[in-house]
Amino acid sequence: MNTKKTLFDKVWDSHVVQHIENGPDVLFIDRHMVHEVTSPVAFLGIKNRNIPVMYPEKTFATADHNTPTINQHLPVEDPLSANQLRMLEENSNEFGISYWGLGHEKNGIVHVVGPEYGITQPGATIVCGDSHTSTHGAFGAIAFGIGTSEVEMVLATQCIMQTKPKSMRINVEGSLSKGVTPKDVALYIISQLTTSGATGYFVEYAGQVFRDMTMEGRMTVCNLSIEMGARGGMIAPDEKTFEYVKGREFTPSGAAWDKAMAYWESLPTEEGAEFDKEITFNASDIEPMITYGTNPGMGIGISNGIPQADAVEGGVATYRKSLQYMNFSEGDSMMGKPIDFVFLGSCTNGRIEDFRLFTSLIKGRQKAPNVTAWLVPGSHKVEKAIKDEGLLAILNEAGFELREPGCSACLAMNDDKVPAGKYAVSTSNRNFEGRQGPGSRTLLASPLVAAAAAVTGKVTDPRELMELETA
Amino acid sequence: MAYDKFNTLKSSAVPLPIENVDTDQIIPARFLKAIERKGFGDNLFRDWRYNGDGSEKKDFVLNNPTYSGKILVGGKNFGSGSSREHAAWAVYDYGFRCVVSSFFADIFRNNCLNIGVLPVQVSADFLDKILKAIEADPNATFEVSLPEQTITIDSSGESESFDINAYKKANLLNGFDDIDYLLNIQEDIREFASDRPL
Repeated sequence: MNTKKTLFDKVWDSHVVQHIENGPDVLFIDRHMVHEVTSPVAFLGIKNRNIPVMYPEKTFATADHNTPTINQHLPVEDPLSANQLRMLEENSNEFGISYWGLGHEKNGIVHVVGPEYGITQPGATIVCGDSHTSTHGAFGAIAFGIGTSEVEMVLATQCIMQTKPKSMRINVEGSLSKGVTPKDVALYIISQLTTSGATGYFVEYAGQVFRDMTMEGRMTVCNLSIEMGARGGMIAPDEKTFEYVKGREFTPSGAAWDKAMAYWESLPTEEGAEFDKEITFNASDIEPMITYGTNPGMGIGISNGIPQADAVEGGVATYRKSLQYMNFSEGDSMMGKPIDFVFLGSCTNGRIEDFRLFTSLIKGRQKAPNVTAWLVPGSHKVEKAIKDEGLLAILNEAGFELREPGCSACLAMNDDKVPAGKYAVSTSNRNFEGRQGPGSRTLLASPLVAAAAAVTGKVTDPRELMELETA
Repeated sequence: MAYDKFNTLKSSAVPLPIENVDTDQIIPARFLKAIERKGFGDNLFRDWRYNGDGSEKKDFVLNNPTYSGKILVGGKNFGSGSSREHAAWAVYDYGFRCVVSSFFADIFRNNCLNIGVLPVQVSADFLDKILKAIEADPNATFEVSLPEQTITIDSSGESESFDINAYKKANLLNGFDDIDYLLNIQEDIREFASDRPL
């Protein structure tokens, strides 16, 4: 019997409080992140049961899904959003949970602030009532999204009942070409696997591309794991991980750091450990990506045409319904398609590196007059860095404005909605029908592709603009 | 919260044979602003069901009086996307007790099981048979037996078995939820937590 263990096995197995025969594992949760949308009913549940939050110090609340991205110092206008935000504050206070609400210096998107303050750590189990909790897997944590009943479970008992998923390793070997970003790597993998290709699995990303990738790039990739159906994705912690984590507010220090490091260094998958499924891609096959349909798997290299229905796995009727919604046709080239909105932000691409990348292409150019651009930092910390590093000045010079942090147009629960029929190039994670507003049409892409679209007003290969720069 | 017991369900079914129905379609984000779990059924499939002015879209199946019942029959990869349990609440609140598909997204499946909606995963072939039976007779009935773990097309007697975790099955049959279980082992949890490295 193979006794070599994977990263996933090590973290999972060490968190099993109890294994139920013919049932799920009782999995202990180290960090529970809470936001205003999926938590009120869970808090109501524990109130009705008249029980406390078992480990309030392992629970962190932030407001992000509903929050406006302008005038955050004023009362929130939408009464329903205001009510949810108020409930989160009241519940946090009542149960002794740290709460980073609107106006708090640490406020931001839950999956951006977790890593920023060292709440996210290697080898931890992390859950949140949000599917993009998979982001935190970039640190070698088991992190996944849960439903509200499960939020209630974790509040009440710090545990969740889960059947252990199968494991998959996705290797991407070689190095990325110019203009190809972590977002493109993720969209490429999803386009190859489809949105259900990893359902039932927990994914480990391995290979040269991920070793070379920054922590923020790894977060982007792990963030999108859920879009291929995976429960989560993770990357083995290495020196880059430890360097990133070190010295942050909630990171252990002194003797606790040494103890933690001993654990973290023991985590990587052992040579010879077996996965239920293993797939390898070559980095050289990946170019800047863009989606053309209504799920994140409907993506292509930006210079390719939209596939014919009979070349696509799955139902032809569903495929054509998607294209009809987008008003695109089989065989169309995406290049040159006019667009109306650009959204830079979200838990996928709202970090400082994303703004650096976007600004690198914007510099010295002007926003296209037909484009409305929403540039939304993932947190106040990102917002501050954009200003401190001089990026804001460059953006302003090019005709762009910066908004205040939050989930914003990713899911359009606030006022940032793309109107019906309009096209948005978005760095967010989902292009579902109506995701960015009823009737809106979303093209998912990297910050570089978004920048190229923002200055040309149409779908443009960013490499063309990058070549101009070096010519 | 505890939920209805599920044993055997005999009902007609509503067909929605579309692949990759994501939870944003089942309940769009803008309807997630409630602080209590009620009223979500009105907004089930909101944007497929209603025009912008609030009038019904006649060609959407929920607006077609020909179809009714407590079973929703979806296409492959049903419930993908967001973890929002509100999607399962909307399905339940509308009146469905069972969703049938050839493939479910993980979190949606879990969410259904946690609120007492039974997700029944069948083979692509059997899904096709179910849809054909509804096409032949919109009032065709199906029997979903949780104790037997079978779904049967009443008109033809054809049957297929489905998988469900034994623990979850017992919970559904009895209307128990996971928190009841976890609260009973709280001391074990505390002991486990006491020597965590993090």
